[in-house]
Amino acid sequence: MPNKTFFAFILPSLIAMVLFIALPIVSVVVQSLYVAHERVMVEVENCQPFGGCTKELRVDTAATTQLQREQPLGRFNGLGTYFNRAHLATNELGAILSSERGFGEKVALIFNLPFYKALIFTLVYCFVVTPLAMVLGFAIALAVNALPKVTKGPIIFFSLLPMIITPLVGSLILYWMLSPNGILGATIQHIFNDPTLSLRASPPLTWIALLVYGVWTNAPFSFVVFYAGLQTVPGDTLESAMIDGASRWERIRYVIIPHLAPLATFVALVQLMDNFRVFEPIVGFSADANATSLSWLIYNDLSGDAQQFGSAGATSVLTIIGVVILLLPVLIRTWREFKHKAV
Amino acid sequence: MMSEPLTHKRPIALSLIIYAFIILWMILAAMPFFWTVWGSFKVEADFFSRDSWWNAIFGTNTIRQTGEAFTGAGYYGAWVLRDFWRAAGNTIIVTLCVTIISLTLGTLGGYALARSGRNYAFWILIAALVFRAMPHITLVSGYLLPFFQLNIWGVLPTSIIVLVAINQPFTLWMLHSFFLSIPKDLDESAMVDGCTRFQAFRMVIIPVMWPGVVTTGLFSFLLGYNDFAVTAMLLSAENQTMVPKISSFLGSIQETGNVMYAVAAVVSATVPLFILVLFFQRQIVSGLTAGAVKG
Repeated sequence: MPNKTFFAFILPSLIAMVLFIALPIVSVVVQSLYVAHERVMVEVENCQPFGGCTKELRVDTAATTQLQREQPLGRFNGLGTYFNRAHLATNELGAILSSERGFGEKVALIFNLPFYKALIFTLVYCFVVTPLAMVLGFAIALAVNALPKVTKGPIIFFSLLPMIITPLVGSLILYWMLSPNGILGATIQHIFNDPTLSLRASPPLTWIALLVYGVWTNAPFSFVVFYAGLQTVPGDTLESAMIDGASRWERIRYVIIPHLAPLATFVALVQLMDNFRVFEPIVGFSADANATSLSWLIYNDLSGDAQQFGSAGATSVLTIIGVVILLLPVLIRTWREFKHKAV
Repeated sequence: MMSEPLTHKRPIALSLIIYAFIILWMILAAMPFFWTVWGSFKVEADFFSRDSWWNAIFGTNTIRQTGEAFTGAGYYGAWVLRDFWRAAGNTIIVTLCVTIISLTLGTLGGYALARSGRNYAFWILIAALVFRAMPHITLVSGYLLPFFQLNIWGVLPTSIIVLVAINQPFTLWMLHSFFLSIPKDLDESAMVDGCTRFQAFRMVIIPVMWPGVVTTGLFSFLLGYNDFAVTAMLLSAENQTMVPKISSFLGSIQETGNVMYAVAAVVSATVPLFILVLFFQRQIVSGLTAGAVKG
């Protein structure tokens, strides 16, 4: 296809992506280098008829607003925002690590730094939910595959629901059931005979609830992909494995799993990307006291009355770096394949 | 695949485990929805009952408070008193526009990528993959300040075009792999007959592309419908779509004791998705797997 025709076809799509994905990334980087203006102070001499004159500092509202309007970005701060307490917190981190505390205490202190608290939860969510959801999805796929054909349609229908549901809505539905007055929450309290047991009060319980939600909503995708993969397992190989006396488990281990391995890489990649942006469940479960994520930090900076663009920008840039690190193996592999093809 | 004689040879214990496991998964997957739909017609004292969850099933307090076992009070409160109908209307506008514009741009772009075979087409696809991985909220933090400056914050068209752009990487990948499966000869023979590239696209490709477009469209629809990050930050209170509206319910309603409004709103937002899966189950499954097999 000639270049001109190619670009005529793809131009609208490219413009949209450049304007609303590439440029915002630039804008985020720029924002992260600035912080809000300090308020303009003026010295006012306050003279009273009998008390003499006192000088005091006041906020000059008009000048502050004007400064805000002239330079909406704020004042230049370099990389300052990146290293302050709300982000990488290099000073605090150094102090904690070099102090003479026990390991547990150090972890607890690091956990108090907002960025690390969010980063730790985000990574735990990514690397716990993704494998568990894949194992559950694979198990469901194997089980459904062994069932009579008529039952498959309805089972797939209900299995799709947790995946297709709006994340905020899905997490609210589970949260209401798990709240102390909901069906599951009340039952759990009853089983453990502990009326104080509740999501809000217990950080471990909040984490478990969020991880359970993650597995619940991620498993269907693995299920559907693995189920489709199971339909393409070569029958001959399975049969010859059986003739050689392979047990049911050995057939799964040595025929089916190797056949599905490429699919598993794909599923893992897609789910890692999606789980890295975990955000809605934290809003839905009102979990921010016990668990936050990188996306939630940005959301928190941007909502509310005082929007902290610099802080949100810095967290965004750090998040984007995280995404690139996550994608790096894939990008390197694609690049090698591409070079290979070119040679 | 497992042939018939194999299935017969399966020991009974294993069959029992398989059935038990599937029944358990069905309960896990579907129960929360049925429970919430059922509970949305009860009063708060029943759906959030400390005493016994049998209250929610029989509606003990609902009968005491309203005289009947079912009540539409939550729906009335959400839709009429709290203007949920407006949010529903906004959602319809946003999702329809996002789907249609995404597909228009995506089919043109995806077709070009599938037929080009040059280096830059490869690089565009790789860039799209990286863009696909960006958490949406990081992009939103880049939009806000420029949108405030340009004075286009808070209105529906801005959100629509942003969602279209965020959706482009996925749409391009999906339609690119779909167009690869349409034989090249088809449009090339049309061009030999004297069509321009665009005429070939219009007269030969468009008639055969609908299965792929419908599948991709379903996912564009889901992206627009399920989005929270973009619509929550970029829409003003009166232009909110359903999902941010529900989240705004949470702040204001939990204090005044009308959680049932939020429950009713949540159920209302789930129904369209339910219907979507009911009618398009086959396309959704094929879309999920198409990406896997070719990606």
